[in-house]
Amino acid sequence: MSEIEFLNWVRGPGFQIAVIIFIAGIIIRFAEILMLGRKANLAEPKGSEMSGGLHTIVSRSFPDKSTFQRSTFTVVAGYLFHIGLFVTIFLFAPHILMFKDIFGFGWPSLPTPVVDAMAVVTIIALLAVLAHRMSDTVLKFITTKEDYLVWMLTILPLVTGYMAFHRIGMTAPTLLALHILSVELLLVVFPFTKLMHGFTFALSRWYNGAISGYRGVQS
Amino acid sequence: MTNDFKKKKSQKEQTFGDVMRSQGVSRRSFLKFCAATASMMAMSPAMIPKIAHALENARRPSVIWLSFQECTGCTESLTRAHTATIESLIFDHISLDYHHTLQAAAGHAAEEAREAAMEENYGKYLLVVDGSIPMGNPGYSTIAGISNYDMLMETAKGAAAIIAVGTCATYGGIPHANPNPTGAVSVNDLIKDKPIINVPGCPPIPVVITGVLTHFLTFGTIPELDHLGRPKVFYGQSIHDRCYRRPFYDKGLFAETFDDEGAKKGWCLYKLGCKGPTTYNACATTKWNNGTSWPIEAGHPCLGCSEPDFWDGGGFYKSLSMPTENITQTAIYTAAGAVAAGVAIGAMNKSKKNSAIAAHDKTTIDDLEK
Amino acid sequence: MSASLEKGINALKEQVDSTVASFFSSCVHCGMCADACLFYTETGCPTATPIHKVEPLRRIWKSEYTLLGRVGKMFGLTAKVDDELLSKWETKVYDHCTLCGRCSMVCPMGIDIALLIQKTREGMAAAGYAPESLIGATKRAVTIGSPMGVKLPALMAQIKHVENDTGLTIPMDVVGAEYMLLLSSMEIMNFPEFIEAIAKIFTKADVSWTISSEAFEATNSGIQIGVADIAAELVQRIVDAAEKLKVKTVISPECGHAYMAIRWEGPNLIGKPFSFKVRHILEILDEFRQDGRLKINGKEEQRLTYHDPCQISRRGGVIEQPRNLIDMFSDNFVEMPDAGKMNWCCGAGGGVSTNERADKVRLKVFQRKKDQLDEIKPDAIISACSNCRIHLEDGLEEYNMDIPLMSLTETLAEHLE
Repeated sequence: MSEIEFLNWVRGPGFQIAVIIFIAGIIIRFAEILMLGRKANLAEPKGSEMSGGLHTIVSRSFPDKSTFQRSTFTVVAGYLFHIGLFVTIFLFAPHILMFKDIFGFGWPSLPTPVVDAMAVVTIIALLAVLAHRMSDTVLKFITTKEDYLVWMLTILPLVTGYMAFHRIGMTAPTLLALHILSVELLLVVFPFTKLMHGFTFALSRWYNGAISGYRGVQS
Repeated sequence: MTNDFKKKKSQKEQTFGDVMRSQGVSRRSFLKFCAATASMMAMSPAMIPKIAHALENARRPSVIWLSFQECTGCTESLTRAHTATIESLIFDHISLDYHHTLQAAAGHAAEEAREAAMEENYGKYLLVVDGSIPMGNPGYSTIAGISNYDMLMETAKGAAAIIAVGTCATYGGIPHANPNPTGAVSVNDLIKDKPIINVPGCPPIPVVITGVLTHFLTFGTIPELDHLGRPKVFYGQSIHDRCYRRPFYDKGLFAETFDDEGAKKGWCLYKLGCKGPTTYNACATTKWNNGTSWPIEAGHPCLGCSEPDFWDGGGFYKSLSMPTENITQTAIYTAAGAVAAGVAIGAMNKSKKNSAIAAHDKTTIDDLEK
Repeated sequence: MSASLEKGINALKEQVDSTVASFFSSCVHCGMCADACLFYTETGCPTATPIHKVEPLRRIWKSEYTLLGRVGKMFGLTAKVDDELLSKWETKVYDHCTLCGRCSMVCPMGIDIALLIQKTREGMAAAGYAPESLIGATKRAVTIGSPMGVKLPALMAQIKHVENDTGLTIPMDVVGAEYMLLLSSMEIMNFPEFIEAIAKIFTKADVSWTISSEAFEATNSGIQIGVADIAAELVQRIVDAAEKLKVKTVISPECGHAYMAIRWEGPNLIGKPFSFKVRHILEILDEFRQDGRLKINGKEEQRLTYHDPCQISRRGGVIEQPRNLIDMFSDNFVEMPDAGKMNWCCGAGGGVSTNERADKVRLKVFQRKKDQLDEIKPDAIISACSNCRIHLEDGLEEYNMDIPLMSLTETLAEHLE
């Protein structure tokens, strides 16, 4: 397979396969979660499930002061790489073109050098996260193979994207193809690993907020 | 016939220097050409006298040009690109013994000329091929009743080297485009035992062909090739890397349509489908038509014509970052199917849970210990 | 019948619902729950990481209720729940967790880990992996009516004392009373002053109330050990008594998990809504305050702080009321750092105080409360949970801290006109 054939494959059938697994996986995962159902709460309510749930979806992004002080690294590095991922994925002009092709609409992009710098910040943040994971007592203890796999699959598109943009090491079509392939791998494992939190966070935060909100506590 | 042959033979004994002098080319412009060639091919200035000496004394090589599934665009590119220059003299200098589009002879006479040239220069002639070879059915493309495949294999046997000209000969090109109805293949798909120089492009830049010929004439060897068999000096850098619009890409300034402000200001054509980032060719430096212009300068995105399968990249106006298939449709169909599958799997979950509840055995204080 | 692995696994299967599935789907192993758990912060032991403690439930969810897990199970790749796992997890689930729910408040994914632990205990108990002392307490609760073995005559004796001391009548089994008061065994045995305080306040407030001789015990060992069937049985006793006496409101006393059991879990355990209201004593007192039924005489000079019992504030929603009440008799109130819904557990809730095996660790993790107290150096601590109170006294003694502990209800009663 030539490098352009490889590129055409990842842009064509490869992308299609990845999207099929990604979308089917997410829908199936949501169905298997939601269809388990949840018993109605028979206790006399003291507050609203809905407003508590919705509030917590937002408020859990902002830790209280004491939590921030106790988990400073996790919060800061977590914020950095999540913002970095958002910027590099959604605000880079070529990526927006892809979304536009799929969704039918696009949005303004950030200047390329800003995205480029953000990619570096994100890669550094992810490396720091890994170092933390490998050195912190608790993290070392609770980390599973899946955590490392997911870390790898998250940083790969960033690294290959950076390499493809700066054309480091290999020919341009190969780099671009590897970049797209790495994203496809990420899409394929997404629904079946902890990456799923990208969608289910809203669900679990809502439940948490609803359980508390029902009792009149803002969680 | 005998006289003609003798005359031809005497012409063949002419050196390139003889040709130049007969055409009235001054030594000064010849050296200028040598200097230009050296710089184009990334050689040190010390090489200029060597090139000059070698070229002056180069004997006319015999060249056989085979055209298979092609559009004659490559030949057009080569023969029409230039007014009389030293580059064109290279063509005058070679002994083009067979080229069924250009030669006067036709049919058996033409084939006899090819066979004669092969016999006379066995092991020494250069074989130039344009067009792809149909493997689906030999009848798809024949010349004088000979299939392209047979003619290629027969002619290749005695060739010193093969130059595959154009994307069809190098990678199968347009005939090879999906679904490839003729089963088209490239020269290097079929021939493994000869040095093959790939000069892709649709068509290739003329000066790249003359450059390769000059190199062959000067050194008697083929230039350094990349992993796709392309001369590195011409295909070493991508269009994107040498594009004068590159700064706009880096700044994120893109033409969105062919007639917007960005297009008028000459911004990057990435969003209009430019394949420059993945295309290796010399267009950005040599340009076309005597250095007049080139596609991107003319406001059109690069099609990526010197790369394999450029026809199958999902459309010339589809950006590189866009998927080539209809993902929206894929997503909608997938979602519809997945909802059904999800409901089924969800129902399995629910029934499993219900059977666990049904299997519940009321726990009393006597059940707390084993 | 006896406990078995099969029963445990079936119980865990029953526990998985959409909340559990979404919680496990969201965990990213960030470790922030450990930083929120006093069993980790004070021991430095990573096995105390809250999300790690619910591994048995996670395995059941994964292997039974996820596509990938089911496929993995077919090939024997999904981690199993077996006796070895459950016996290893027993101390993690029962000794190193007070169900305080602080982890549930910091998890960036919103995982209610305390709820998951509660559910994991259901499986552990059914499989026979509950601590001996909790099993004993549960048996006493069911057979005798109190985890501490307190019977009606003991209560009647205490009531007699109170009546003699105060000259007030403690109304027993009064049909049609507005309020029915529940008591925890600890209050009956260790803090009869609480009964006295209630009698004083309710008499002054001029409301009708009663205690049922058939269901006076507020605590619910079924909730702590994690056996919903038993918890439901204990709740049903209260429901029957309240319905028999036709009371409007049942009052949960100063006890954290009792409030959780009767107020929030009760109707769900018995499977139908109550025909009466359930309120914590602090809620009732705050209502009295709002209605102007409480007249206060003189203010407390001491520097006071309030220890939020987890099940009452963070998990129960009674946060403002104690502060409103303390304000009535104190101008020198100071909050501990992280007070309110983020307060740190005393270290003995969720059955840990009953679990003798956990005595050492509960005193070790009291260090967290000590640090909180050291920052504000109060003259006295007020709380509203007898269990917290006993453990706080233990802890203060262990760490040589001389800070008196007071019940909010009792302190309020002392300041009544």
